[in-house]
Amino acid sequence: MTIAGRTDLAEFHSPGPADFDLPAIVAGITKPMVLYVLAALVVFVFFYAASRRAAVVPGRLQFAGELAYNFVRNGIARDSIGSADYMRFVPYLTALFFLIVVNNYWGLVPLLQFPTFSHVGYAYGLALLTWLLYNGVGIAKHGFGGYLKLQSVPGGVKGPVLLLIVPLEFISNILVRPVTLALRLFANMFAGHLLLLLFTLGGTYLVFDSGNAAYIPVGVIAWVLAIAVGFLEVLVMFLQAYVFTLLTAQYVGGALADEH
Amino acid sequence: MVGYGLAAIGPGVGIGLIFAAYINGVARQPEAQSRLQTIAILGFALAEALAIIGIALAFVL
Repeated sequence: MTIAGRTDLAEFHSPGPADFDLPAIVAGITKPMVLYVLAALVVFVFFYAASRRAAVVPGRLQFAGELAYNFVRNGIARDSIGSADYMRFVPYLTALFFLIVVNNYWGLVPLLQFPTFSHVGYAYGLALLTWLLYNGVGIAKHGFGGYLKLQSVPGGVKGPVLLLIVPLEFISNILVRPVTLALRLFANMFAGHLLLLLFTLGGTYLVFDSGNAAYIPVGVIAWVLAIAVGFLEVLVMFLQAYVFTLLTAQYVGGALADEH
Repeated sequence: MVGYGLAAIGPGVGIGLIFAAYINGVARQPEAQSRLQTIAILGFALAEALAIIGIALAFVL
């Protein structure tokens, strides 16, 4: 990021993936691990406190809990899985959604400021769980062969075109789904946090370290943009949690569907 | 970096088309908004996956 012919400038190192490799706090325990457990605790405590003294006339806390639960239950699970047997999956979907939301918003909480899912391993873990779930319920309902047929042979297709369709459908429904699910969440968190890093560090560099008074307004503009990107991140973080949960529900609904 | 910028064009156009269709649908039938919203978000996620794969590859390669 140096300007040609200007060697008196302090070097600006643009942030990269290396900035996400934080050193371990103690004995291999890293910051994302701590945040992940903390997020699980936050979700657990919130729902436990909201449902501990369940009354017919809800108080403020219970009402908030019911609102959150109803959002996942009616907005995601019932619409995607169908009203016949969606209740079995509501606990998993609720836990998944709020775990992801809290973990994403760690990226904006002061002093924590690290979205857990910008380490790809966490996203792989959740995607593996979802993959096992939807394949599991599909095999339990249709049997192994019937489930493979459901996922790889679309209805109403006949003749030699099946040779082309069946492998494609199998690959996209069984193999690619968990990968894109994990990568979507990871890359959104990663790229968003990288943008924030770039604008804040760039603004700091331009204002304090560049040694050129003309760059100071530009650095201030970079800080304003960092704030704007932060607001965009608020939206993106919620949206990614929503999409992850919605797609999980869609996959479960597709696995449970009858022959179409 | 330039390559990733080029790769982001396709998903960008796709997402724009998806939301254009969604706005059109809501304008014609406001009561269908809840059903359309789910489909629009889903389509947005699927189109965005391409850009996401691009950015992942940009850092891997």
